[in-house]
Amino acid sequence: MRHILAVLVENNPGVLTRVAGLFSRRGYNIDSLTVGRTESLNISRMTIVVEGDDLVLEQVTKQLHKLIDVIKINDITSEQYVDRELVLIKVGADPVVRGEILQIVDIFRARIVDIGRRTLIIECTGDEGKINAVIESLKPFGIKELVRTGKVAMLRGQKFTSISETKEDE
Amino acid sequence: MPLSGAEIIIKSLQEEGVEAIFGYPGGQILPFYDALYSSSLKHYLVRHEQGAAHAADGYARATGKPGVCVATSGPGATNLVTGIATAYMDSIPIIALTGQVPCELLGKDSFQEADITGITLPITKHNFLVNDVKDLARMIKEAFHIATTGRPGPVLIDIPKDVQVNKTKFRYPENVSLKGYKPTFEGNKGQISLAAKMIGQAKKPVIYAGGGVISSGASKELFRLAELTLSPVTTTLMGIGAFPETHPLSLGMLGMHGTRAANYAVSQSDLLIAVGARFDDRVTGKIAEFASHAKIIHIDIDPAEIGKNVRIDIPIVGDIKKVLAILNSKMEQHLAGDWQHKIAEWKEKHPLFYESNGSLKPQFIVEQIHDITKGKAIIVTEVGQNQMWAAQYYKYTKPRTFLSSGGLGTMGYGLPAAIGAKVGCPDSVVIDIAGDGSIQMNIQELATAVHYNIPVIVAILNNNFLGMVRQWQELFFDRRYSHTEITGPDFVKLAEAYGAVGMRVEKAKDVKPALKKAIEAKRPVLIDFTVEREENVFPMVPPGGAIHKMLGG
Repeated sequence: MRHILAVLVENNPGVLTRVAGLFSRRGYNIDSLTVGRTESLNISRMTIVVEGDDLVLEQVTKQLHKLIDVIKINDITSEQYVDRELVLIKVGADPVVRGEILQIVDIFRARIVDIGRRTLIIECTGDEGKINAVIESLKPFGIKELVRTGKVAMLRGQKFTSISETKEDE
Repeated sequence: MPLSGAEIIIKSLQEEGVEAIFGYPGGQILPFYDALYSSSLKHYLVRHEQGAAHAADGYARATGKPGVCVATSGPGATNLVTGIATAYMDSIPIIALTGQVPCELLGKDSFQEADITGITLPITKHNFLVNDVKDLARMIKEAFHIATTGRPGPVLIDIPKDVQVNKTKFRYPENVSLKGYKPTFEGNKGQISLAAKMIGQAKKPVIYAGGGVISSGASKELFRLAELTLSPVTTTLMGIGAFPETHPLSLGMLGMHGTRAANYAVSQSDLLIAVGARFDDRVTGKIAEFASHAKIIHIDIDPAEIGKNVRIDIPIVGDIKKVLAILNSKMEQHLAGDWQHKIAEWKEKHPLFYESNGSLKPQFIVEQIHDITKGKAIIVTEVGQNQMWAAQYYKYTKPRTFLSSGGLGTMGYGLPAAIGAKVGCPDSVVIDIAGDGSIQMNIQELATAVHYNIPVIVAILNNNFLGMVRQWQELFFDRRYSHTEITGPDFVKLAEAYGAVGMRVEKAKDVKPALKKAIEAKRPVLIDFTVEREENVFPMVPPGGAIHKMLGG
């Protein structure tokens, strides 16, 4: 089963290596990992999607906790959450097919962010399923280049993954 | 007045109560050594940086205080690696200080540059690269805090040369604030009550005690638990000394070379109380058949150890000393029954034994060492047969008297660790029980022992084989002794060349007089015991087998 971990870490040099190294040497599989700054200057947030049964997840979480730079871990898989990925797709777009591409962009509520003579760059955000669907739909036009972020995720409503205690006053 | 980084390191070490450090100078650690020159810190110059790491480790194991080792950048730092990994696997608190190329040369493949924080990432509890002299005191404080609290372990601090030279105002922090590091010391009260109830109902309890009992200083509490519940106690290699082996409830060591009584007891028990142990494969053998009739209570300070290898019925995360104290307060005195009789019967029927056939037996030598030191020495071992015989045939009664590389199994550990132990405990007799293979891995540290007149005794059980590997070849590889016959130098002459006392013993009757002479010499002594060449360590659980199915012994 796939789990989504929201992990708060000290924004220290090498923290990504520590986390990635832990996963590789203990043989855990990372599906995706994203990392970026948070509302606090010294704290970064990782969203890690990891494959494994409950036993594996328990070990992953405990081992992550042992890293001094890891402050807090939430497995949000079974909670209500919003998750998003972002993709940029450079697609072949001769004038004859541009109308059709525009329609697809419209349906997926994606955006065109660059127009070249023979290509368009399309930006799309959404959950994994939507991103997969937009890629499938654009394939027939010839995808020249594609770049995709991992997942970022956040709990819905009044629950938080932040440095203070997780509040559950919903 | 602002101090240089080098002076700050010295002051910080003194603030931490460090009295002795083990190290080796070099280019990028020169400013530190310059500051050391005019300080009162006692420094021991080793002959190889690996020796410094092991000496710091031996010092820590023998005293319970953190050990400190120092090396220069690049090769100096990489030479520490085996020693750091040894300490990591056995949860030993050491602080490794390494010089590093100046900040502006970092990442440029500079002379004697190695990414030592990268290299030691998986073998340290934590490590630091100090970029700014203003962070130095805080990081040293954090390093000592991390190394010595929770589950102890090695911490490395990499200090570029310019950081050692730059100056700042020195103020040693009083407190540490690490958002991501808050070990759990107090065990959950509800869980402890459940455990007490389960122990109260058990018919065939066994206590399985590991190194965590020693690092927590919980031997007294463990003793009390055993006597209250009349539970027999088996220890891991790392747990040796946590419970007196002379006690009727002692089963000795369990696992691959454990006693039959210990392995039978665990296999038939209905409740296993695991205390500060981690269910290592050398202990459990075939995991599906390990304690298969038992419920398991696991007490450990590291939550990640719980449920890692076996399923646990009652986990308790906390400091063992604290948890056991509360647990004991909930226990009533048990009465002896069938189980205790069964244990006594196994012990009676299956003692450790070896055949005396007139030749000099390694087990006999270990027994003689026990006799002459009245069980009060600090025994350090190398790795292999010597280690197992030292574990089996010396009866340990106190914690911190058996020092051995358990998890990593590092040959060459013994001599430098013995030096560290003797520096930390100058009033104890310290004996390195060695093999002729292992001793050659760090023999250069004899020079260190002689230089500072650290009177350690090296007892080589010399069989001209890499004995444990040869034993496996005999038992599992059809006696094909591939590259396990090993010749050594004339160890007596070698010891004398180093300025130590050298002796050779070939007959049983000469063992005790030689040991007596060695202890009285008050100088470093090496005794080369010529022992039976193809003696085996028994009993033995074949690799991957169930622990109650043992060969020999």
